[in-house]
Amino acid sequence: MRARGLLGVAAAIVLLALADWALPQILNRYYLTILVRILVAVLAATSLQLVNGFTGQFSIGHAGFMAVGAYVSAAFSVYLGAGWLASLAAVLPAGIARLAYFPLPLLAGGLAASLAGLVVGVPSLRLRGDYLAIATLGFGEIIRIAILNVDTVGGARGFSLSAPAGVDLRYEGIGVIGAVVALSVFVMARLVYSAGGLAFRAVREDETAAEAMGIPTTRVKVEAFVVASFFAGVAGALFAHAEGYVHTNSFTFVRSFEIVAFVVLGGLGSLTGAALAAAVLTAAPELLRGLGEWRMILYSLLIIVTMILRPQGLLGSRELSLRWLRPRSTAVAGRPG
Amino acid sequence: MKAPSIGLRRLAALVLAGALAAALACGRGGESTSSGAAAGGGVGPIAVGHFASLTGDTATFGQSTDAGIRLAVEEINAAGGVLGRPIEVISEDDRSVTEEARTAAQKLIQRDEVVALLGEVASSRSMAAAPEAQRAGVPMISPASTNPKVTEVGDYVFRTCFIDPFQGAVMARFAFEDLGARKVAILSDFKQDYSVGLADFFRKKFRELGGTIVADERYTSGDIEFRAQLTTIRAAEPDAVFVPGYYTEVGLIAKQARELGLDVPLLGGDGWDSTKTLEIGGKAVEGYYFSNHYAADSDSPKVQDFVRRFEAKVGSKPDAMAALGYDAAGILADAIRRAGTTDGPALRDAIAATRDYDGVTGRITIDRERNARKDAVVLKIEDGRFRFFRSVPAS
Amino acid sequence: MEQFLQQLLNGIAWGGIYALIALGYTMVYGVLRLINFAHGEVYMVGAMTGYYVAHALGLARQSSLAGLLVVLAAAMAVCALLGATIERVAYRPLRSAPRLAPLITAIGVSLLLQNAGQLVFGADPKFFPPLLQAREVLRVGALAVSNIQLTVVATALVLMAALQLVVMRTRFGRAMRAVSVDAPAAALMGVPVDRVITGTFVLGSALAAAAGILVGLSNPKIDPLMGLLPGLKAFVAAVLGGIGSIPGAMVGGLLLGIVETLVAGYLSSTYRDAIAFVILIAILLYRPTGLFGSEPAEKV
Repeated sequence: MRARGLLGVAAAIVLLALADWALPQILNRYYLTILVRILVAVLAATSLQLVNGFTGQFSIGHAGFMAVGAYVSAAFSVYLGAGWLASLAAVLPAGIARLAYFPLPLLAGGLAASLAGLVVGVPSLRLRGDYLAIATLGFGEIIRIAILNVDTVGGARGFSLSAPAGVDLRYEGIGVIGAVVALSVFVMARLVYSAGGLAFRAVREDETAAEAMGIPTTRVKVEAFVVASFFAGVAGALFAHAEGYVHTNSFTFVRSFEIVAFVVLGGLGSLTGAALAAAVLTAAPELLRGLGEWRMILYSLLIIVTMILRPQGLLGSRELSLRWLRPRSTAVAGRPG
Repeated sequence: MKAPSIGLRRLAALVLAGALAAALACGRGGESTSSGAAAGGGVGPIAVGHFASLTGDTATFGQSTDAGIRLAVEEINAAGGVLGRPIEVISEDDRSVTEEARTAAQKLIQRDEVVALLGEVASSRSMAAAPEAQRAGVPMISPASTNPKVTEVGDYVFRTCFIDPFQGAVMARFAFEDLGARKVAILSDFKQDYSVGLADFFRKKFRELGGTIVADERYTSGDIEFRAQLTTIRAAEPDAVFVPGYYTEVGLIAKQARELGLDVPLLGGDGWDSTKTLEIGGKAVEGYYFSNHYAADSDSPKVQDFVRRFEAKVGSKPDAMAALGYDAAGILADAIRRAGTTDGPALRDAIAATRDYDGVTGRITIDRERNARKDAVVLKIEDGRFRFFRSVPAS
Repeated sequence: MEQFLQQLLNGIAWGGIYALIALGYTMVYGVLRLINFAHGEVYMVGAMTGYYVAHALGLARQSSLAGLLVVLAAAMAVCALLGATIERVAYRPLRSAPRLAPLITAIGVSLLLQNAGQLVFGADPKFFPPLLQAREVLRVGALAVSNIQLTVVATALVLMAALQLVVMRTRFGRAMRAVSVDAPAAALMGVPVDRVITGTFVLGSALAAAAGILVGLSNPKIDPLMGLLPGLKAFVAAVLGGIGSIPGAMVGGLLLGIVETLVAGYLSSTYRDAIAFVILIAILLYRPTGLFGSEPAEKV
């Protein structure tokens, strides 16, 4: 079992390294950008799935945590990291130096977002249903307005990652971004499908019963919220470093609603479903460009019709996996094992 | 209950899938003709990209610049095009979304292989897209992004409008010297860097001159209720109020100010220039002043021609965005002509060498920072029209 | 003091519009447990309908009370139809689906109406015709009260009172309340649930249309995206009042309007929305089911 796991990891690393090298040869920058956007959306959607799908809470302020991650990581890189990166690059080849530096802003963004998640989660997770929704929506907007007024991160001008020293702080390596997203989704999957993750689903299915069984429901909810915020922050940090420029307009409640749509359209309680919906709905506006002014109309119809055709979401609460793909699966339909 | 509905659902799914496939096919078809034309080398049309907010919350800006650009290109083509080839404008919508400006620009560069980019109005979206133009070596001219940072991205990024520090100082001087105002209130749109920037430079200059800012209030673009801020401003008893916002809000602000009995002049910047200011503001905006690139009532035949042709083609009076878009396209065509090629570096150098280009929005010289140097004018709103009041030379 | 009264008046007039939109949210929520995110767009269509009707009938030139009523009625009728259609097409097929599914179609419908609106009406802001000539009816020192502010407040109050009558005193209202308490049980008792739900959408959408016209009168700039923010704010107001509660929506709307105005007037116009949200969250923490909401019975 362990050996197979190691083999899998090794295979994944080889695959990602190959992708990192090969994709820029095949795809032009336009498609690479869309691909990165998809990866960021996948991470945002799967992390919100933790709260909305697995714990059954209704959070609609996820873009706020992405904003924290994006801005903190960008500020980290511009004000601290530029120097570090420059000194790393002095001793190491440029590519390796970047690779060694890149996890730092991601962690900074993720940790800042999880801290924000803790601050928001502890008081507001006492609220239920739509009252919680309003609180999260409100916090999302508060975060955005606050950032808009901080001049050291650009305020209404937006914040550019070109450091004063002329160091390019962008990071666009598709394989590495893919690896970060894959690793994050893997960690979340391990979390929700572990024995401890049962607590999440217990809270979703019946809070009162869970409480009676001795599950500290509020703590479980806060935990899910903080973990989800962490990965939303990482998604924001990836976004900031891939785009090279961030603006609060990218993190309005409209973006939060979009992420909720990914989660519900993919199927509540399905990480792969959320990822699938995020990929499709992120690519759609670009793929539909040829339609001109009609493209967003078709995009909205796509959402409406898909939801009516698949009310339980694209995948329901199942997961897409190799085992699921096998024709005579022994997996019980409905709940994944 | 379930069995019959599955058939219906499958049918609906098929219909949707069919529609999507058809849409994708048309989309691809449309694109391939344009990119084919662009890649055609020396004979086909010269492809120029325009990325703009054609939909979304600042859609009117993108649509105006697009109309201005298309008019300019139509005229250039009617006169034989440039280098013996017509210009073809390919417009991409960014839905007023920051990051979509970047993908729109990338799409134009990579798939349509445009020789140059025009866009955007909002500085934030120009900032998002400019690195792509810079990296690809495709010159980009922003018609109306006034934030100084935009052209700092690199040597391929230009603009045809003046920048915030100049315009802010113009109006501060005007308020202090021409109106004799000593106490001024500011009401700015804190979501638009244009507005925040203008307010900053106005504040700085006005204080330098010896005036005081008695109230500093904010709103957000899209707001329609300003009475709270205006009531506070009224209590501060200013001699004038500086409102560096867009025409989408200015008319309403003026109306509500009058309604509250705030009867001091309102001052603004080029964001006011639109018939919408007059249409929405009505009598309320009478007697107010704003700085602009040009005066539509100027007797310059160039301006008169432009206004007449724009009205004939589009059916409405051109606003500042349309005029700036028109000039951006004109400067680009002029540069292609002078460069004698559509090659990136040569075209960049030709745009940078623009001197005294006789545009609708004034005589434009591109300076070393790749910004347009040109005079500003102050307009006064009188009898439901924008009238030339005075001109302020470029410093 | 005068200034405070002025701000209070500004806030009440503004809050009245929130309240009218919030009523539609709360009524739909009451019967369906659905947050109808497309509601803000219905309000936009109401304002747009008013604009076109006023121009078509030549009412844009002279102002008269009769003209205003005609425009109001037309907009309310169009939006009632729109609301019923949205319910039929986008929500009814999902009646038995998981609770969040119709929420997503609501977001889809909202996007659809925004984009269709930009295509049909054009993205440019439009000047809503002055169906009432603005006049100052009262002036005490610096306090200025206009007939438009009074009309907005009065119309909002009349419509709310009428709604309260319908809900509390008519057969339809009783059926609506029954559905909201327990739809399956109401169906068993012979209440035509589908028709009641359609009726709820008709009423709520008509109120949103009225809000659209009132906003056109007092803040005469309309555009296809005008519904986005007020729609969201009205949802906040409805939740603040206790979602599902009709008096809650009224009080929540008024309170939100007043809070926003006073925050902008006295604390900071920069942080207006942020502070308004902080206050709302604080209220919710103190009263976790809103001002007038009742704790839903926990099923054990």
